[in-house]
Amino acid sequence: MAERSFKKEVQSLYLGAGDTFRGEGILAITKALLEAGVAYVGGYQGSPISHLMDVLADAEPILNELGVHYESSANEATAAAMLAASVNYPLRGACAFKAPVGTNVAADAIANLSSGGVTGGAMIIVGEDFGEGSSIMQERSHAYAMKSQVWLIDPRPNLPKIVECVKKGFELSEASNTPVMLEVRIRTCHVTGQFQTSDNIRPAFSRREALETPRRDVSRIVLPPASFVHEKEKIEKRWPAAQAYIAANAMNEFFDGDVSDIGIVMQGGMYNTTLRALELNGLADAFGHSRIPLYVLNVTYPLVDAELQRFASGKRAILVVEEGAPEYIEQAISTMLRRADIQTRVHGKDVLPMAGDYTGAVLQQGFAKFVETYHAGMVPVAGQKAGDNRVKAALAALDGNVQGRPPSFCTGCPERPIFTAMKLVERELGEHHVACDIGCHLFSILPPFNLGATTMGYGLGGASIAAFNMRAETEPTKRAIAVMGDGGFWHNGLVSSVGNAVFNKTDNVILIVDNGYTSATGGQDILSSHHPNAERSTQNPIEKAVRGVGAKWVRTITRTYDLEKMTRVLREALTTAAKGPKIIIAQSECMLNKQRRVKPQMQKAIADGKRVVRERFGVDPDTCTGDHSCIRLSGCPSLTVAPNPNPLRREPVTKVINSCVGCGLCGEVSHAAILCPSFYKAAIINNPDGRDRFRDRWRKRIIGFLQTRHAARVARAAA
Amino acid sequence: MSATPHAPARAIRIAVLAMGGEGGGVLAGWLIDLAEGNGYVAQMTSVPGVAQRTGATIYYIEMFPQAAIPPGAAPVLAQLPTPGDVDIVLASELMEAGRAIQRGIVTPDRTTLIASTHRVFAMTERIAMADGRVDEAAITSACRTAAQRFIGYDMLALAEREGSVISAAMFGALAASRVLPFDRAAFERTITQGGVGVASSLRAFAAACAGETMEAAAPVAAPAPRLDAAAEGFPAELREIVSAGVAQCRDWQDAAYAQRYLARLHPFVAADHAPYMLAAEVARQLALAMTYEDTIRVADLKIRASRFARVEQEVGIKPGQILEIHEYLHPRLQEIVETVPAWLRHPIQSLPPLRWLVGRLTRDGKVVETTSIRGFLMLYALAGLRRWRGSNLRDAVEQASIETWLDLVRQTALRDGKLAVELAMLRTLVKGYSDTHQRGYANFNRIVGLVPQLASADTLAKLRMAALADENGAALERALAELGGAAAD
Repeated sequence: MAERSFKKEVQSLYLGAGDTFRGEGILAITKALLEAGVAYVGGYQGSPISHLMDVLADAEPILNELGVHYESSANEATAAAMLAASVNYPLRGACAFKAPVGTNVAADAIANLSSGGVTGGAMIIVGEDFGEGSSIMQERSHAYAMKSQVWLIDPRPNLPKIVECVKKGFELSEASNTPVMLEVRIRTCHVTGQFQTSDNIRPAFSRREALETPRRDVSRIVLPPASFVHEKEKIEKRWPAAQAYIAANAMNEFFDGDVSDIGIVMQGGMYNTTLRALELNGLADAFGHSRIPLYVLNVTYPLVDAELQRFASGKRAILVVEEGAPEYIEQAISTMLRRADIQTRVHGKDVLPMAGDYTGAVLQQGFAKFVETYHAGMVPVAGQKAGDNRVKAALAALDGNVQGRPPSFCTGCPERPIFTAMKLVERELGEHHVACDIGCHLFSILPPFNLGATTMGYGLGGASIAAFNMRAETEPTKRAIAVMGDGGFWHNGLVSSVGNAVFNKTDNVILIVDNGYTSATGGQDILSSHHPNAERSTQNPIEKAVRGVGAKWVRTITRTYDLEKMTRVLREALTTAAKGPKIIIAQSECMLNKQRRVKPQMQKAIADGKRVVRERFGVDPDTCTGDHSCIRLSGCPSLTVAPNPNPLRREPVTKVINSCVGCGLCGEVSHAAILCPSFYKAAIINNPDGRDRFRDRWRKRIIGFLQTRHAARVARAAA
Repeated sequence: MSATPHAPARAIRIAVLAMGGEGGGVLAGWLIDLAEGNGYVAQMTSVPGVAQRTGATIYYIEMFPQAAIPPGAAPVLAQLPTPGDVDIVLASELMEAGRAIQRGIVTPDRTTLIASTHRVFAMTERIAMADGRVDEAAITSACRTAAQRFIGYDMLALAEREGSVISAAMFGALAASRVLPFDRAAFERTITQGGVGVASSLRAFAAACAGETMEAAAPVAAPAPRLDAAAEGFPAELREIVSAGVAQCRDWQDAAYAQRYLARLHPFVAADHAPYMLAAEVARQLALAMTYEDTIRVADLKIRASRFARVEQEVGIKPGQILEIHEYLHPRLQEIVETVPAWLRHPIQSLPPLRWLVGRLTRDGKVVETTSIRGFLMLYALAGLRRWRGSNLRDAVEQASIETWLDLVRQTALRDGKLAVELAMLRTLVKGYSDTHQRGYANFNRIVGLVPQLASADTLAKLRMAALADENGAALERALAELGGAAAD
């Protein structure tokens, strides 16, 4: 069960000719796939592609009706390898993942696929996680397109153009026997808009036909001598075929302007920001009419020489708007114009920054510089009126008062107690080298835990401490700890981290967080998800898998909130004389998913008059002394501070807000760390039964009597 | 928006700054529906990703009047806000409003800033060992300065009063501001058509619409606290703090103990003069030191009827529900030994079986249900030990420490008034329970030991801050090392 349900939205996938689609970019891409007659789709979740996967999962009934097979792949390599179905058969297929991390994982399959080439259209949809809001290293998918010779489509970020590019992308793939990559940026995946739909197409050739009448062609297999033929074929046949298709079908776009001696070439994805920057420079109107001629590359690889030469010829200079480094397109254009002996100057990363987001402000400045070089005075000087220091004053006032708000563990997250336990064990055994993986657990590197030294990739947590495999007999020392989520474990951690650790006889500790979902990517199911899933095989325990690859020292903790046990097992793993990797599997359901599941059930039960006990924690402000140790060992969003009601105290008290889900960690922490007596757990009994009411009545009577007595005693003493 | 007659057609730009899970998406969705339902073309972009996990995130919306679009054309809408180019910024929290200003998207010539002024504290503010909160007044003043118009009040409180969520209140505040070319009915239609939590959303929306006047409203001053009679003879600057100190000592022990507090305080008042910086600090710290947190005090506070009522209110008990309160206690053997009266302490210390039993009982943390008869009686009995406090070990230690500290403050005041104030304030390091308390005491004693050699109040303040900078004492060690280095030079 994913974080976001698209059950309602996927109904728009049924729209046909003449209808108007309204919704997010990701959903539009899904619809375009169906309109393009795709036969199969695979992929791996991860922002900004997660919603595409969730949409596809929720759309399975529709896909089934059309005979489209959808697979939630084990990882990106699996997803890309699926495209092998398009090598020998006229089947259109697509896979989707985030980039460049997904492209990295899929690189092996992509290289093999593109060497032999395809018969049916094969499309790799990459969610380019670049710029603000990105959670990964800042690299470009463009490099992958170039190295494996996959065509790269980078459409203008509006729904009709994206949909058009999906459809033409398949045709381009088939026309040039080459897989294509459709690159969509984060904001484009989530941009809202409309487009005119057409009917969905059932695949002309079915997967069944392929299996009934198998085909093979040894010249398509990557093995010498065919592989050497592929290399030449790529350049001599497929490249010109692609250029011809792109030009003939006007995939790239030209927009005229009256300032015709200069021009701007851009990646399609940069179009809207470019136009806004031109508008702010007084060089375009709100409808895309630019005074400077534009050449929009909806296909950024390969470039079409003839088109570029035509655009550049007769111009004094062109500016290339290309986000990210290195500037592959600018280099290619420079070489191309040089070879053709066209003397137009090429600007790009000289007036625009080499690295970083190309935001409106960045482009606005760069364009001003570019245009001013050739037409001095054309760009009005922007900025504040002289003497207006209001913004400056406001910024001065804010200095130091706006702090970062990095993401962190959710309220009641079951991963939190794992790191609290590590903190407590650290007090006894000292600091350890901790390696992280990819996933929610990575938030441990930030305050308040400050644990974790590296992150080397999905499922590679255990592998990233391999160098610290020490011989206990000759070099006894502290052990290293690797933390990995269940998402990473199934993505490739079982083999790359655990199997490797067993095989190389390491003594280090690998802790696997088993919260039942790939939580960081939006709570999708995986092999070890604890709940049954009608469409997939879940409930395959991690412990069985690690024992299967030979791990001997395996401890499963079925409730991470049991801090005492968590610390005990960690301590044991770090100190035991047992040989081989120490695998700890820490289980508790992802709280975000659990609440989504449990909350409605609870509300319904209460409404139905059933006895329901809800728990939450609280802090007594009069015993809290405002040290906040409890927050430093937890960091839960529901654990915050509030003004101290005691006029003598200056420090704010700790406060538990109503979002508390009563996970119990606060109580465990105050016990295990021997903190303070201020925490209480409130159990709220809804629809109490007769016994509850009876007991409550008597308790209130006796306790009330004693409270009155106590109050009188206190008052007497004070008098 | 610009009023020049030849102003080119321009999209309305709106940025929504929110934190993950706050309903920023709902608000942005309403804005899209509002625009599209009322003759506008609209576009929204966002970055869900990990920002959803409690991080700060931004939704960006542009809307363009259909009537202004020439035939065959379509507006090109941006995916990102450009500094200096945003018409409306909605921030779901005060620091997020500050962040919007820092991003440059709130500017005096253009932007209407609508922000809820409540605080959701950032991690760095929450994990500070004392008070790490940022200056709210500074952020508010920056909002007023940077925006063309600033509408700010606690929209979360308003929403909660109406049983709704903050997005509905913010939508209401936006409607009330009249910066968008849509009437109130259009806003309400949007909520109704959204179909989720309609009734409560409409209530919060209406309340926020009515709250138009809050824009200029000054913060309500807190009512002056009632002063204790014992504080009446004190200079005006000290009355409030002395009154609070006397009340706390009375409540903690008895009237005689409050007299002792006043007796200890008097010399400092007599020797001080306006603005009574030292006397005020001593009045504050002395009261806190004298009412140290022992197990008796904890039990005493936990069993009170007023506390039960406070918990009921905090967790929002409704009629028909039953509340159980479970305490998480972990007194240590030492704490038990030092809080029991002398007649009980000796047997615990000398009789092995009793010693073993108390040791067993304090080895693990205990969960005590105060709302049960058994749990209540236990704490009630413990609270009853109040009357023997004067004879317990802890009290002897605490009172001696207080006397030593007061003496030192007195002596220091003779040579350096500012340093004496700092020394009085240093007592703030001693707080909390168990490890926290021990650590605080150790730091306090260590720094106090240096006071005779210390040159200035600033140095002492630095050491105090260093002691509060981290838990493992690294900052204090560094500060002390620097001090040692400076002394050696």
